[in-house]
Amino acid sequence: MKNIAPFVLSVILPLVVITIMLRDATRDNTILENLREEYSIPHIPSVDHSKHAELQRDFTNPHEITETCLSCHTERGKEVLGNAHWNWEREAYIEGRGVTYLGKKNLINNFCTGILSNEATCNRCHIGYGWSDHTFDHSNPLNIDCLICHDNSGMYDKARGGAGYPVPGLDFQSIVQQVGLPRKDNCGYCHFYGGGGNNVKHGDLENALLTASWDVDVHMSAEGAGLECSDCHTTRNHQMMGRYYGVSSDNSMRATCEDCHTNLPHVQKTLNEHAVTVACQTCHIPVYAKVNPTKMHWDWSTATDRRDGEPYEVLDTLGNLLYTSIKGDFHWRQNAIPGYVWFNGTADHHLISDIIGENDSVIYINTLFGEAGDPGSRIYPVKIHTGRQPYDTEYKTIIQAKLWDKDPGMGALWVDLEWEEALAAGMEYVGMPFSGQYDFIDSKMFLMINHMVSPSDQALQCEDCHTRTGGRLADIQGVYIPGQSTHSAIDFFGITMLILALSGVFFHAFLRFFASRKTNK
Amino acid sequence: MQRVYLYSRYERFWHWTQAFLILFLALTGFEIHGSYRLFGYESAVSLHNNAAWILIVLIIFTIFWHFTTGEWRQYMPTMENLRAQMEYYVTGIFRNAPHPTKKTTLSKLNPMQRLVYLGLKILFIPVMVISGIIYMFYRYQFDGAIQSLGFEDLGLVAAIHTLGAYILLAFVVVHVYLITTGHTLTSNLRAMITGWELLEEEEEEEERSI
Repeated sequence: MKNIAPFVLSVILPLVVITIMLRDATRDNTILENLREEYSIPHIPSVDHSKHAELQRDFTNPHEITETCLSCHTERGKEVLGNAHWNWEREAYIEGRGVTYLGKKNLINNFCTGILSNEATCNRCHIGYGWSDHTFDHSNPLNIDCLICHDNSGMYDKARGGAGYPVPGLDFQSIVQQVGLPRKDNCGYCHFYGGGGNNVKHGDLENALLTASWDVDVHMSAEGAGLECSDCHTTRNHQMMGRYYGVSSDNSMRATCEDCHTNLPHVQKTLNEHAVTVACQTCHIPVYAKVNPTKMHWDWSTATDRRDGEPYEVLDTLGNLLYTSIKGDFHWRQNAIPGYVWFNGTADHHLISDIIGENDSVIYINTLFGEAGDPGSRIYPVKIHTGRQPYDTEYKTIIQAKLWDKDPGMGALWVDLEWEEALAAGMEYVGMPFSGQYDFIDSKMFLMINHMVSPSDQALQCEDCHTRTGGRLADIQGVYIPGQSTHSAIDFFGITMLILALSGVFFHAFLRFFASRKTNK
Repeated sequence: MQRVYLYSRYERFWHWTQAFLILFLALTGFEIHGSYRLFGYESAVSLHNNAAWILIVLIIFTIFWHFTTGEWRQYMPTMENLRAQMEYYVTGIFRNAPHPTKKTTLSKLNPMQRLVYLGLKILFIPVMVISGIIYMFYRYQFDGAIQSLGFEDLGLVAAIHTLGAYILLAFVVVHVYLITTGHTLTSNLRAMITGWELLEEEEEEEERSI
């Protein structure tokens, strides 16, 4: 036993020391602390608009307000005329289509199906005044609505069915003296209510973000970073960073988590290595629609039903609309678990002019490109919104219905409740033929989930994906996920070999036992 | 019969540490494989990786030991008596026949052991270590970015590593059984614990290995 000390010193101690040195040593990560410090400094405006002589008057016409803004901010009008919030279309190259000019202006979806022929009501959410039809002048800077983004008074409001004009009776003098950088409520005025109501469209963008708790959204919550939208969607010369792939197509000008958090945000290296394949959002937004439900399914085919000759509505116990005669059936979901797809930042869209294939049972309103093995692709969370919407059985195209008009008898579905007239009026406006023969077809739309980032202790855990059955990424193809993926041939071979070894050993031992009893006798 | 000091302190330390590590690596490894849930995935990965590092360091120490002591010669394969050794396990053992290979300090291993252990040393263990290291480092953080070893999918590496694990486990099963075939049921086990084993007289006095 006196030799034990040199043995410990010469063998065990070096072994332990070398092993500890080789281990994955943890380090301090100051990225998050630095960000917290940087974004805790409040923005102090350089200008108090209430002191400007030009603004010491009342305005009767909103175009006059724009003119007054541009009298000082002389170049800003040109900037806005070039941005996508104004044009609702972008130039983009799409694989298989070439250069396209697409956007909300001309694309279909499976919520309200599209703005064409409905501009007067849909374009309440345009940053302009008067886009009620094709004749709107996109080249006139006096049509810009500066206030919808820059009003900090909280008093500004646009009229329903007003094509972007404000409601009557606003105190413009007070409003214009309180303009400033856009805040959450400015962006949210439109972006929270897409699809016709709070949280209907996106699922991760809704008015609860104005008062979000830390659990709902660590970035926008006052308990968290207290960020404004434009802190991430940074903007230079009225060009905003950020993409919504319901209308965008190319991999440019995206607002990413890495912009602030870098590509090595975790202390644990293994987690940083995951980010080559898995987008940040996949783990850090485990559920969306955390406060209010979002629409998951919209079936237009049941619209126009009447009870006792009158349109009607059906609500669930929580007050969600399950059916309305003007829109059809809805499904809602709260605390929804996202779907997961490979995505490389580029997308295609089903255009209204695209012909539906003979065997197509589902229309993909948008297609997110990306696949395993493509270095630009990662796994992202998405909301998959399914729909059932009208198409022309003769010409095999999706049909844009006319939904709204201020007057009855103009063919608007929501006014007259007649499908054929609504479809004919919509297609006439679009300038496409309508055969008069129509049916409804299933459709799918993919909406990226980027907001409502949860606190890190609520992020997905290893087992949420690294599990044999029921993992979050169970439907993801093309990548080996330890714990989920198996090679069935190797498992079969291995287990068979183990069973043979064990049974061989037991058989041999059994024979030896009897042989020795025989010998002993 | 003569009491012989067969296994030095280091050899026994190596053997039992390696035995424990291989079983522990199998336990945590098959959890990572998804076969069952025990420690939790994150802990299983961490324990598996740390055990792997200990085993790698132990292997490096042991390679050094093999060469400094000359013990590597024990594993030189020989065809002599190989057939007799196989026949012994199939028939002789049931008739209480004598072991065909004499155990000496210079030749501790029978020809089957020599072949199998050499196979472990130069094929199965290196394959496991290399596939394991690739598994750990197919992506690694360096120079402010995540670098790649040049492939994006773990499938093949995981397949090799899993197959090797099954083969090592099958070896352990047979090995644990065969140590009961010594002079008595436990004489081999005792020898590996104490270092001493009762052997038949050696023909010549040999210098003991360290």
